[in-house]
Amino acid sequence: MNEIYLDNAATTPIAAEVLADMNDKFKNVFGNASTLYGLGRQSHTILEDSRHLIAQSINADDNEIVFTSGGSESDNTAILQTAESRQSLGKHIITTAIEHEAVLKPLQYLEAKGFKVTYLPVDENGNIALQDLKDALDDETILVTIMSGNNEVGSRMPIHEIGELLKNHQAWFHTDAVQAYGLLDIDVKADHIDMLSTSAHKINGPKMMGFLYRQKNISFPSFIKGGDQEMKRRAGTENVPGISGFATAVSLIDADAKKQRQAKYYHFKEMIVNGLQENGVNFAVNGQIAPDNLNHVLNLWIKGISTYVLQTNLDLAGIAVSGGSACTAGSISPSHVLVAMFGKQSPRIGESIRVSFGTYTTETEINTFIDEITKIIKRLSKNN
Amino acid sequence: MIYFDNSATTKVDPAVLDTYNQVSERIWGNPSSLHRFGEEAFNLLNQSRKQIADLLGVQPNEIFFTSGGTEGDNWVLKGTAIEKRKFGKHIITTAVEHPAIHETCEQLKKLGYDVTYLPVDKEGRISIEDLKNAIRKDTILVSIMAVNNEIGTIQPIKEAAEVLKDYPNVHYHIDAVQGIGKGIGELIMNDRVDFITFSGHKFHAPRGIGFIYKRAGKKIAPLMTGGGQEHNLRSGTENLPAIAAMAKAVRILLTNEQAKAQKQADIKSTIYNHIKDFDKVTIFSKNQANFAPHILCFSILGVRGETIVHAFEDHDIYISTTSACSSKDHVPSATLTAMQEPTELCTSAVRVSLDANNTIEEAEEFNRVFDQLYQKFSKLS
Ligand SMILES: Cc1ncc(COP(=O)(O)O)c(C=O)c1O
Ligand SMILES: Cc1ncc(COP(=O)(O)O)c(C=O)c1O
Repeated sequence: MNEIYLDNAATTPIAAEVLADMNDKFKNVFGNASTLYGLGRQSHTILEDSRHLIAQSINADDNEIVFTSGGSESDNTAILQTAESRQSLGKHIITTAIEHEAVLKPLQYLEAKGFKVTYLPVDENGNIALQDLKDALDDETILVTIMSGNNEVGSRMPIHEIGELLKNHQAWFHTDAVQAYGLLDIDVKADHIDMLSTSAHKINGPKMMGFLYRQKNISFPSFIKGGDQEMKRRAGTENVPGISGFATAVSLIDADAKKQRQAKYYHFKEMIVNGLQENGVNFAVNGQIAPDNLNHVLNLWIKGISTYVLQTNLDLAGIAVSGGSACTAGSISPSHVLVAMFGKQSPRIGESIRVSFGTYTTETEINTFIDEITKIIKRLSKNN
Repeated sequence: MIYFDNSATTKVDPAVLDTYNQVSERIWGNPSSLHRFGEEAFNLLNQSRKQIADLLGVQPNEIFFTSGGTEGDNWVLKGTAIEKRKFGKHIITTAVEHPAIHETCEQLKKLGYDVTYLPVDKEGRISIEDLKNAIRKDTILVSIMAVNNEIGTIQPIKEAAEVLKDYPNVHYHIDAVQGIGKGIGELIMNDRVDFITFSGHKFHAPRGIGFIYKRAGKKIAPLMTGGGQEHNLRSGTENLPAIAAMAKAVRILLTNEQAKAQKQADIKSTIYNHIKDFDKVTIFSKNQANFAPHILCFSILGVRGETIVHAFEDHDIYISTTSACSSKDHVPSATLTAMQEPTELCTSAVRVSLDANNTIEEAEEFNRVFDQLYQKFSKLS
């Protein structure tokens, strides 16, 4: 059986180019980048070249990029260290109700320590209202952390407008761009972004690798302390092969590639929606299908069929989709994103799946998916 | 090329790299996903965890994966500080810890914790008496490294374990980043230790992966929160290729461990016995059982550590000043400073660090080069 992987928002396969590059580094470049001698200098050069390439990908300066162990570490660092270092200026933080757990959990920890967190609501399309943010902002606000795009429904946040709004406010602006990086053009200068998180394994790079962009004027004590690596902003022996692999993954996605991917994924979404309609499937899209959203994520409400049953049946047919965000480690608790969009009582909470596309997803696979899911839905409906 | 800087980092073993590649290509799913890609990944994750646990003689649910030694050290210290703050705010460690411990303790001090740094003797070793005297009612953590990364002193971690049996509520942490696979497993995996830090890249696994041992039932707060991976104690999508590769690296490391440790001790002796008679040479690492077999730290009076490192590099021999993480700042060795060695020795120390792939022949070649360089340095000064 051919297996079809439609869960690229959870993780992506590593690109052959990336793995080849990492193998080269594993075999030939193994000095510790912080040591004095030539082997170390070679590591150091690769490290800095990678940093440069990655900095350019978001229009940042090289020294604004700090490599981390992934999206979760980047988010934790941005939130916890901002809170720790700025609490004298206020204890108020603004976020949205649909952030990833890597943002929500550190915020909950801060709430327990006496910080006040405002969770901006979203509408049925998964969008926030800028006015809500304006209303929530006060003199005590030290951080606004709002994702660039959502991992479950693909909605996008008005990053540019938020950046403009906060430009003259004391609050630092952090955005979790884990899902958006590699798909959208990001310009931290034009958008006045102070901090930005990414994760390599979402863009065909290695796992447990990411970066936190930190605007030059932002300073706080490093989250992981020890040696002087990463300009004293993240201790630990540098993972040079991983960093180089990350840079290679980034180099595979230029501005054109991003546009092409967005267009291709949008086309896939239309194919699925049209296909299911033609096949008479009773369904609705959770969120909005709009060319500017994160088009690799499509969240479907299949009316009357439980997420778990549908996901299992698809899996038996060799098709991998998600029942929500994979990162809620193995659990099938209700999606906080769908709850925020439709309320706890909505039947959508227990009857939705997330389909997410990647670099290697083909039109043929999408057609197979449409056929298979239709068959399964018809079979399951008959049994009801 | 002779690579004598294995305490800084090691080259990935070809068999380990093979595992990394195979898993990357075949089992790249997210272990948290509830479909076959996820299930395969989940199974391999558990299998790797079990393999490491078995090799260390502990339970799989006592192994937690991290991004490396530094994260592990930070986690255990801060996690204990947060978890146990209602019981007290006193932490005991040594004056010769790696910066991953030292800097974290300094941060905790700023947050209101009280840290006792146990002093060391001329061999870089703490005394058990000092440890006993330092323990207070409000002590929540004792953190001692197994092997010092600069000069190779083995700390009395087993004796400390005996002492701490009288204080069952105090968390006992061992930084074993330099200790694993060096023939002292029995000391590290003692019956009192609660937490142990390990780092993959020090034993031929990839960089950016490590793990901690956490005794079942002992509690620490997570450092990294989010998706709830690793039993809600370490969030972030798991690096399965590196984890499976590390499991293999542990297996290779611990196969014939004693014989390989002896081999390193012999290589160390070969150099030790050769350089010890030179007038201007001071050797800080002793050639005896309470020093690790793989680290030899010495200085040549009047010659800066950097100069020695570069001179050897010209002969394609790679050694380092005492600690990779701070070598660029020309700071004196923290360990030697704690041992109260004179400053000129603290800035001239270099470290030879071995592993099982090194050979006696390499040591002999090192000695030949040493002779040449020593003559050159002597003429200069
Ligand atoms: C939006 C978002 N933020 C953060 C993360 C966490 O990233 P990582 O798994 O690299 O820690 C993820 C994915 O898991 C994500 O989708
Ligand atoms: C004793 C000791 N502890 C901790 C570390 C940190 O480990 P890592 O480089 O994996 O973060 C090192 C090595 O750098 C070390 O030698």
